[in-house]
Amino acid sequence: MTATTPLVRRQLLRPSIREEILGWLFAMPWIFGFLLFTAGPMLFSLYTSFSKYNIIRAPTLIGIENYQKLFTSDPFFSKALANTFWMVLVKMPIVMVVAVGLALLLNSGIPGDRFFRMIIYLPNVLSGVAAIFLWQWILSPKGLFNNALSLFGIDGPGWFVDPNWTKPGMVVMGMWWIGGNVLIYLAGIKGIPKELYEAASIDGAKGWAKTRYITLPLLSPTIFFEVVTGIIGTFQIFTTAFILSGKTAHLGGPEQSMLFYVLYLYNRAFGKVGPGGFQMGYASAMAWVLFIIILAITGLQLWLAKRWVYYESDR
Amino acid sequence: MEITLPKSLDVSKTSKPLFQMGKLSVGKILGLLLMLWVTFLFIVPFLWMISTSLKEPSDLAGMNWIPSRLAFENYVDAFRFGMWPQWTLNTVIITLTAVIGQVLSSSLVAYSFARLRWHGRDVLFSIVLATMMLPSVVTMIPQFVLFSKLPAFGFMGSKVWINTFLPLTVPAFTGNAFYIFLLRQFMRGIPMELSEAAKMDGASELRVWWSIVLPLTKPAVATVVIFTFQGAWQDFMGPLLYLQSEKLYTLQLGLRQFEAAAGGSPAWNWLMAASLLVMLPVLLVFVLFQRYFIEGISFSGMGGR
Repeated sequence: MTATTPLVRRQLLRPSIREEILGWLFAMPWIFGFLLFTAGPMLFSLYTSFSKYNIIRAPTLIGIENYQKLFTSDPFFSKALANTFWMVLVKMPIVMVVAVGLALLLNSGIPGDRFFRMIIYLPNVLSGVAAIFLWQWILSPKGLFNNALSLFGIDGPGWFVDPNWTKPGMVVMGMWWIGGNVLIYLAGIKGIPKELYEAASIDGAKGWAKTRYITLPLLSPTIFFEVVTGIIGTFQIFTTAFILSGKTAHLGGPEQSMLFYVLYLYNRAFGKVGPGGFQMGYASAMAWVLFIIILAITGLQLWLAKRWVYYESDR
Repeated sequence: MEITLPKSLDVSKTSKPLFQMGKLSVGKILGLLLMLWVTFLFIVPFLWMISTSLKEPSDLAGMNWIPSRLAFENYVDAFRFGMWPQWTLNTVIITLTAVIGQVLSSSLVAYSFARLRWHGRDVLFSIVLATMMLPSVVTMIPQFVLFSKLPAFGFMGSKVWINTFLPLTVPAFTGNAFYIFLLRQFMRGIPMELSEAAKMDGASELRVWWSIVLPLTKPAVATVVIFTFQGAWQDFMGPLLYLQSEKLYTLQLGLRQFEAAAGGSPAWNWLMAASLLVMLPVLLVFVLFQRYFIEGISFSGMGGR
């Protein structure tokens, strides 16, 4: 063909070196960003986590004191962990059951499923302060939600002003953001091969049996994925707790009932009152503990997944 | 790690009507009714928000859905609060810059990973994937320290990057792991012959990226654009950390000023009017481009399969 023209021959002689250089060059933005904004800061943060540091003065090494204090003599830290685990243990199972239920419903062949999918996902695009204010208004003691409850003769609680009801309030408002989970489950359900259902039908299986013995087992990889991302997400709750607790954010809301992990970390690092701010070394230690918790959860999930989860490719 | 694109991402084939009537059984009718009820519950907060935003203060305690008088002046008052026009402009500048930076850098890096062969590529790509798991909190403090030392040379009147838009925009120009991953998967699906033919005609690698590969990756680029837009428009923690003077605030920070100004118990009619104003661009983008949102989120779940 045209491979004999001099220009092309020259390119064919050394395509690899040209591509080698261009490859690195094109990837440079990410490499640069990774070194400057991720890897470098992480190393620095590891160092400060073993130091006393307030930004103004250079960090002074103090060994494992920060970590020791976190686990032995910091009641706020245990409170933050307890609040976070409360959300993991209460909210996540509810979200999972409701989301899988809605995904099954959307997949059941009802008309208008694309329209419903859109409406259910709609709140997910709203993540900012505005949406949190909306729910603070709906869940105010004399608000819309309590008014709806009173129609059923239920005397609604004070939600975000009552320390016992702040977290349940966050669960209620969290339901509005379930659409993302529903769509991920729906994608999982749609990925299940049709032949399995056909084969089951021939064997005489009816609706629920198909769901119980085909859909749910084959959905287990997606469920596992959702559990892990859910836990990781719960550990990173910040804006919701910060806005909802308003003027008491530095204390983590009423009786520290909304003192979540990252809110506490933020208060230690940047708060001017409360348990004390500009403790960058201490906050860095908290960040590293969080990182290790997330690594451990992900590792555990991968290990468990091998034993429990049914992957289609294992057949 | 090899993940193939879900079929639903191929938008060229999804032209099904939003509503389609098929054969209805009793079970389906019950399902439909249940779904309509759920949809209603999802819509109610929006309706309540609109209703509240049009009420007079004396009307707030009541549970009436239709305000006794439509107080449109709440929107005007919201717009007049603080430095609202300035905050809007700031948010637009930051968001646009972040979107442009993210599309250019993520697609260029993705092009390198998808369509060029070089030593260390696969190792580096596995690092990209690993950083997807990294919680942003881990780098929050050291990044704050970094931005409080990096010199801005008087840009936006500041000696360091803190209290300028730089910490909120420059990192977007270094790409994002998830977007790089998404775009790479897309770009691998484009036949190599297309690039080869263009190069035979003398096109440079940059030209192939910009004029051939990028246009063919439009659905994925659209996903990156709207996700970045949504993230930057609604980011709260970033501006909270890095913007200190009020004239640099974004709308998210400005909104919080409402509550502070009212001394703890906000004027909910104003606050809802202002909140709606802040939400509106995001809702608009969603209604116009909803399929990209939905495909993007479905794609992010593919990691589980």
